[in-house]
Amino acid sequence: MPEERTLNLWHGAVKPTVKVAGSGAPLVFLHSGFGPLWEAFLDNLARDFTVYAPSHPGTGPNDVDGIRAIDDWWDLVLYYYELLDALGLKAPMLVGHSFGGMVAAEVAATDPARVSKLALIAPFGLWRDDAPIPLISTLPTPEVARRIFHPADHPASRLVFPNRNDTDAVIRITWAQNCANKFIWPIPDKGLKKRMHRISAPTLIVWGAKDGLIPPVYAEDFKRGIKNARVEIVDNASHMAPLERPETVAGIIARFLKS
Amino acid sequence: MKISMFHLMPYRDLPDDFERRYHSVWVDPPYFELADSEKIGQYYNWTFDELIHAARCGMDGICVNEHHQNAYGMMPSPDLMGSVLARATNGMKTAVVQMGMTLPTTVPPIRVAEEYGMIDCISGGRMVAGMPLGTPMDVNLCYGISPAEHRERYYEAHDLIMKAWSARETFAWNGKYFKLPMVNPWPRPIQQPHPPVWIPGSGSLSTWDFAAKHDHCYCYLSYWGHHSGKQVVDGFWEFVSKNGLDPNPYRVGFLQLVAVSESDAQAEKDYYRHVRYFYDKCLHVPPEYISSSGNQDYRSLVNSIKNINPEIGKLTEELKHWKFSEFVKRGFVIAGSPATVRDHLMDAVKGLRVGNLMVLLHIGSMPHDLTIKNIELFSREVMPHFRSVWDDQWENRWWPKRLLDKPATGVTRSANGEARASK
Repeated sequence: MPEERTLNLWHGAVKPTVKVAGSGAPLVFLHSGFGPLWEAFLDNLARDFTVYAPSHPGTGPNDVDGIRAIDDWWDLVLYYYELLDALGLKAPMLVGHSFGGMVAAEVAATDPARVSKLALIAPFGLWRDDAPIPLISTLPTPEVARRIFHPADHPASRLVFPNRNDTDAVIRITWAQNCANKFIWPIPDKGLKKRMHRISAPTLIVWGAKDGLIPPVYAEDFKRGIKNARVEIVDNASHMAPLERPETVAGIIARFLKS
Repeated sequence: MKISMFHLMPYRDLPDDFERRYHSVWVDPPYFELADSEKIGQYYNWTFDELIHAARCGMDGICVNEHHQNAYGMMPSPDLMGSVLARATNGMKTAVVQMGMTLPTTVPPIRVAEEYGMIDCISGGRMVAGMPLGTPMDVNLCYGISPAEHRERYYEAHDLIMKAWSARETFAWNGKYFKLPMVNPWPRPIQQPHPPVWIPGSGSLSTWDFAAKHDHCYCYLSYWGHHSGKQVVDGFWEFVSKNGLDPNPYRVGFLQLVAVSESDAQAEKDYYRHVRYFYDKCLHVPPEYISSSGNQDYRSLVNSIKNINPEIGKLTEELKHWKFSEFVKRGFVIAGSPATVRDHLMDAVKGLRVGNLMVLLHIGSMPHDLTIKNIELFSREVMPHFRSVWDDQWENRWWPKRLLDKPATGVTRSANGEARASK
C-alpha cells in the first residue's frame, strides 16, 4: 500500500493528497479526469521507481475547495511547479494520462528543465478539426464506456462507472470530472501546439489502438511537435489503457524510462 | 396580482416522428433537415402579433426569453424581441418582461445594462429586468462557458449591471472575469434606481439565497405544472420565513401552461395535440445535456446525487402515454372552459402564493388563430377574476411603478391603446 502525504500548497488553499510507493528514481504520475486511482498500473511502476501520485486540485479527500483556488490554465501550470518543488523533486520523470498528460506536457513545455523524461498516455492538449474530441459529460454512460474501454464492459470500467447505488463513488468521480472539466472545457486546446517544441525531455507517447475518445491519430501530432519523441500503440486497449492493460502499459513505460 | 403571457417562439412544424428520429430538440437538431427559414420568419411575425394582441387584450405583461440552438425556443436575442414589443405597446398598460438576457453569456455584461436601458426608455419605464443564470445547454454547450465558471460569472455580471445602472460617475470594474476601464452606460433605465429584477430559478438553494439577498423576485419556471412545482415554491416560502423576509406573494413568479376553450371537451379537441407536441418534441432533450454541466458546487452536487428523485424519470416515461385528462388532472396544463380554468388557476395561485404569474398561452405547435383564441378567452373570461387577488394586503414591489397606478381593466379599454411615438 502506498504511503499518503497531504501537502499544503497555493498559500494553503489547495491540499492535495500524494500517494508514494516504491523505490528508485522519482516518477510523478498525473491522473486522468476520472480522479486519483491507485491500481495495478502504479504498483507495476513502483517496482522500478519511486512513484508520486498527487491528486489534481479539488479531487483529494480533504481538498474539495482546492479547485476554487486555481482559476485558469496558467494558475494550474504554476501550481504544478509548486507541487514539484514541495516534493523536493528537481527533474523527475513525468508520466501523465489523459487530462494528466495534457498537464504534464504543458509543464515540460513551459519549464523544460523540470522534467527529465516524459511519458504521455493518450493526452488531451491538441485539436484536429477532422477528429474532434467530444465532451465526455455530454454523452450517455454506455457510449462513454464504448469510447474509453475495450471492450466496453472491461472489468476495470467499474472503477470509473460505479454502481449508481454507491453514491460516495458516484460523487467522487463526478466531482473529479468537474475539476478536470474546468480546464478542458469547452475545447482542450490551450495553445500547447505553439509551445510543445520547447519540450526537451525524451518523450514517449503511448496510445490505445482502440481509443474512441481521443483517436490515435493524435499520437502522430504529438510526435511531430516534440523534438525527441516516439510513439507506442497498445493493441487491444482504448483510452483507459493503464487500467485496461496495466502490466503491458507499465512495462512499455518502464522500459522507456530506464533506457 | 399580475399575469403575463409568456412565449417561447417554438418551431411549430416539427415532423411527427421527430422525437424518435432525432437526438435532441436543443443544441444539435439539424437545421437544414428540420427547419425552413421562410416559415420561421412567419413564426416571428405571428409571435409578435400574439404578444401584442395579448397586450391589447389587457394582459399585465408580455414575456420573452433567451435560448440558443433550440427548436422550441428561437429567441437567441430576447432584446431584439423586447425592443419591437416595447415600441408596439407604447400607450398600453403592459409590462415588457425580459426573462431575459442570459447574464453569463452576454459579454461584456454591460451590454445587458445598455440594452435593458434602451428597452426601458423605449417603453417609457415599463420593463421588467429578468436576469437568468442560463441553462447548461445554452451556457456550457452552445456558448462554451466552463461549467466551473458559470455561477461566478453570473454573480459578477449581476453586480456589474446593478452598479452600472446606478453609479453617478464613471467607474473602473476590475472583476475576475470582466475588466472594464471606464463604465458609464448610455442610456440608463427610466426606472430608478433600477427596473424590477426577476431571477428565474429551478429550486436551488444558492439561487434562493441570491434572490433574497438582493431582494429580487424569484421565478420558478417549470413546465411540470403547479402540483409538481408546489414542493419547490413551498421550500422557497419556508426559506423566506426562516430568513425573516415578509411573505409578500409578489416575491414569487411562476410559469404555468394554460389553455382555454368554450368547454372542457372543446379544450381537449383544441389543445391536446399541441400539448402532446410540447411534451413529446419540445422537451426532447437528452438527460446528459441537462446534467452535463458540473456547474454545481460540491455541496449541491452531493445533495443532488444523494436525493435523485426516481419519480421524475418515471414521470418522463409515463407522460408519453397520458391522455389530455391526465395532463389536466396533474396540473401540467390548466385547461378547459373558462370556469374550469378559473377554478384550477385560482387554486394554483392561492396554493403557491404566487403574485407574478406567467402563463404560456402559446403551446408547442399551436397555430396562430388558436393562439389568438386562447389569448382572448383567457384575458376576457379568466383574468378579470384575478385582478384583486393579493392587492388588499400586498404591494407589488417587483413591477414597474408607473403601471401600478391604474391597473389595466381588460379588453375594451386597452384595445384603444395605440402606439405613440416615444418622447
